[in-house]
Amino acid sequence: MSLLSVRGLSTEFRTERGVVKAVDDVSFDLAAGETLAIVGESGSGKSVTAMSILRLIPDPPGKISAGEVVFDGRDLLKLSDEEIRAIRGDRIAMIFQEPMSSLNPSLTVGLQIAEPINLHRKTPWAAAMDMAVELLERVRMSDARSRVKAYPHQFSGGMRQRAMIAMALACQPQLIIADEPTTALDVTVQAQILALLKEVTRAANSALILITHDLGVVARYADRVCVMYGGRIVEAGPAREIYARPRHPYTIGLMASVPRLDQEAGSRLVPIEGSPPNLANLPPGCAFAPRCRRAVDICRSERPPLVKSAPDHLSACHFHAQLSAPVGSHVGT
Amino acid sequence: MQAYIIRRLLALIPTLIFASLIVFITVRLIPGDVIDLMLSSNDIGADKKSREQLEAALGLDRPMVAQYFRWAGAILFEGSLGNSLWQNTPVTEEILHRLPITFELGLMALAVALIAGIPIGVYSAVAQDTMGDYVTRSFAILALALPGFWVGTLVMVFPSIWWGWSPEVKFTAFSENPLTNLGQMAIPALILGMAFSAVVMRLTRTMMLEVMRQDYIRTALAKGLATRTTILRHALRNALIPVVTLVGLQAPVLVGGTVILEQIFVIPGMGLLLLEAVSQRDYPIITGVFLIVGVVVVLINLLVDLSYGILDPKVRYR
Repeated sequence: MSLLSVRGLSTEFRTERGVVKAVDDVSFDLAAGETLAIVGESGSGKSVTAMSILRLIPDPPGKISAGEVVFDGRDLLKLSDEEIRAIRGDRIAMIFQEPMSSLNPSLTVGLQIAEPINLHRKTPWAAAMDMAVELLERVRMSDARSRVKAYPHQFSGGMRQRAMIAMALACQPQLIIADEPTTALDVTVQAQILALLKEVTRAANSALILITHDLGVVARYADRVCVMYGGRIVEAGPAREIYARPRHPYTIGLMASVPRLDQEAGSRLVPIEGSPPNLANLPPGCAFAPRCRRAVDICRSERPPLVKSAPDHLSACHFHAQLSAPVGSHVGT
Repeated sequence: MQAYIIRRLLALIPTLIFASLIVFITVRLIPGDVIDLMLSSNDIGADKKSREQLEAALGLDRPMVAQYFRWAGAILFEGSLGNSLWQNTPVTEEILHRLPITFELGLMALAVALIAGIPIGVYSAVAQDTMGDYVTRSFAILALALPGFWVGTLVMVFPSIWWGWSPEVKFTAFSENPLTNLGQMAIPALILGMAFSAVVMRLTRTMMLEVMRQDYIRTALAKGLATRTTILRHALRNALIPVVTLVGLQAPVLVGGTVILEQIFVIPGMGLLLLEAVSQRDYPIITGVFLIVGVVVVLINLLVDLSYGILDPKVRYR
């Protein structure tokens, strides 16, 4: 049985230009201890999906309009405010993109790490602060005992993200959702943080949802992948499978735009032309059609459903069957 | 921190010299001088001789520059602000007697402003665009628009017409009877604090809305904290930093407000002392009051700056 099962999740935002479907009919499953990557560019709905799981969408203007999020047998969308608060930070923890602004500047790092322990475990503050020291040691913060008394502005970006990871680990959650945890960091620090994240989640046997726009990250750290475009999942499957045999032109385009070590020398990176779709005004057919080189009439008139293209491999392309060849042959150089 | 405070206090000196010069000169430029008033009140003919005698007796016959240095010298070397021209009593004594009363009024008004302004501001932000938000905001605008002297006058006049009740005119000191004193101060403090609370409320609301949008608030909610704890522990402290600045900036306004309300409610504080002194052209009292008010305002602002160090860990004074 899966730990988390998202079914038909839709999240809308009411804006001045009308209702925007940021997440539209998204479904996926996650087993205990598994790492799922949700990949997509800005505005693809991946962060909103993550926020919707914990019901952290600000309402108004946002609203989860349909679907269910079954976690450990309970639909999170049906819980009372109090019940969902008991899940947040305890059973499911979140790590955010901006370590600079995601920590409260006027509270010590230690207090912020100890806070969920005090809240959910009813541990007295002094004992919770001692646990914060241990947590900081676990994310390999040197001199943890004095660092708990420091304020966020005294930390570097990488240290803050370590502190955020420590905070997420505080109550040994079954699921950690990391929303682009390394995007704001230096490249050299990114790899350290991801490796750390993977290591600590594995040690704690927590499942991990890794939201990213970086396919390189996916290949190294994820077991399974969901590729999102225009608020919908366009391709899903095991990471290896998707890497070896992508079955959606958007995934293929993403791969061609990322440098790879196994590429032939002299081959060029190919950007995806055009700009991300306007969610308030999606085309009637496939959302990717205006940017897709293969698009034909049916792509512009009929939206392709997400179907099984191979065992354990879903694709939302009318021509998924013809896209099964290895990547290289599809990418013109 | 100590060095910082000492530096700030040293910076006070040029400020005070400059302020005292302005006050010293301008009060002597008010038309109708103290000699005329004294002569007419004693029914002495304004002949040249008695004028000169009086001027010499009060030390007003010397050039203004000499008067200033004599006055400043007395402060520096004797700690004296001179004597009242009319009562011949030491100004320092008079001010020390009155200062606590005005201070009490100002403090009570500040308490009213903060106790009403901050919670209402927070409520208004949390309940943004609801009926409650509109109602509290309308009240804030109303409180801002009603001048204190007008409300004060209404409070004096109408209850006496309707119910034959008016605020006690005979002032009771706090040391005599604290309860009677607080009761007497309550109405002017409320009026003085009301307009200020409106400013505090509006700024608190704006800052809360700003802070509630921050990423760390989302982090706090993602930890499972209730809205209440999130506001109290994570939002309020960050939202209050500009409010503290406002308190410092409003301190002189508060002093100005006490002058008028002390007059209306016959409270023998610094404001009333100043008004009487101005109408009598009692120069030493006027300059003395302004000097002390200046010192107090600067000290309040120093306290405000120091309190940033408590609210905002990024601020450390060296």
